[in-house]
Amino acid sequence: MRTAWIALGLASVFVATFALAQGAADKRRSGYQDMGEALQKMQDDDTANPGMLFVQLGEQLWSQPAGAANKSCADCHAAGSMKGVATRYPAIPKDAASKDVGGPVDLEGRINLCRTANQRAEPFAPESRDLLSLEAYVASQSRGQPIAPPPDPRLDPFRAQGAEIYRRRQGQLNLSCATCHDDNAGKKLAGVTIPEAHPTGYPIYRLEWQALGSLKRRLRNCLIGIRAEAYAYDAPEYVALEIYLMDRAKGMALEAPGVRP
Amino acid sequence: MTNVLINAPKTARPGEIVEIKALILHPMETGFRPGTNGRIIPRNIIERFTATWNGAEIFRMEMSPAIAANPFVSFFAVATESGTIGLRWTGDQGFLVEEQVAIAVG
Repeated sequence: MRTAWIALGLASVFVATFALAQGAADKRRSGYQDMGEALQKMQDDDTANPGMLFVQLGEQLWSQPAGAANKSCADCHAAGSMKGVATRYPAIPKDAASKDVGGPVDLEGRINLCRTANQRAEPFAPESRDLLSLEAYVASQSRGQPIAPPPDPRLDPFRAQGAEIYRRRQGQLNLSCATCHDDNAGKKLAGVTIPEAHPTGYPIYRLEWQALGSLKRRLRNCLIGIRAEAYAYDAPEYVALEIYLMDRAKGMALEAPGVRP
Repeated sequence: MTNVLINAPKTARPGEIVEIKALILHPMETGFRPGTNGRIIPRNIIERFTATWNGAEIFRMEMSPAIAANPFVSFFAVATESGTIGLRWTGDQGFLVEEQVAIAVG
């Protein structure tokens, strides 16, 4: 009898630790978990995920020479060397001689930097198909890896600025990002579940857009939704917000290219 | 430029029902939307999709402007003999893409 009690006690301790481990495990939800089963399958199947069309395009662009230097991405970067890169951006970029250049940039900014500095070509236009395709190709190599913002103290002021923008009420509707995505995440807005706004799948193929789009496009969408004036595409506010959002999603698995409704 | 994703089994048993899935990059511009200059963007859609098995047509589909960009088509066929499955998309502005995949039945 007594041994039975001990066994039961041990069992409950085991169950409790297990539950604790589960509880300690992330409570954050990627937008993926709030989608229907059909959409999840669409994202998981590489021959059904439309984002993979752009990954394919990006792979072709990767080895295409461009600019006055007549160099392709593949001339400098070995195949598969972009693994984990998407988990670290936005970051303060380094040039070929490992010297820091300017302020923080996101992955698109980094691609365009390489394009202007190393390939000596015109930068891609924001949201252009080539830029998004290359970004998707690079980001897809970090699939399944945890988001890992660099522990760079120089990013702190930008992160703080991003957090401030995230909590600042703006627009005619006088809403902040936090109003929806922190305070009301999981509830419905116009019949759609409000996600927690973790940038896990960017660039995403959004069915509503019928195209691949960047995190910037998504942020602009939200800004227009609260009837605020969207920042210009090259505004530093986006990068600041992205730094904050990536920090907020630290440790969550990257799933680019994601599919969203 | 490769802009098609095809998912078909490489092998099948005789008489087995196989699913063939094909995704293609295409804007499917309806011809009803005005562009930023206010003028109507000319229609640019895929009009027809056909699939053949060793040359014999097994599936045909006519597409309309209401179909979303990058159309995804899935259909079933009974595997009878080894050979190639041919997929062909034709549409406005001279659009033509042909792809082939091999399948071994036995």
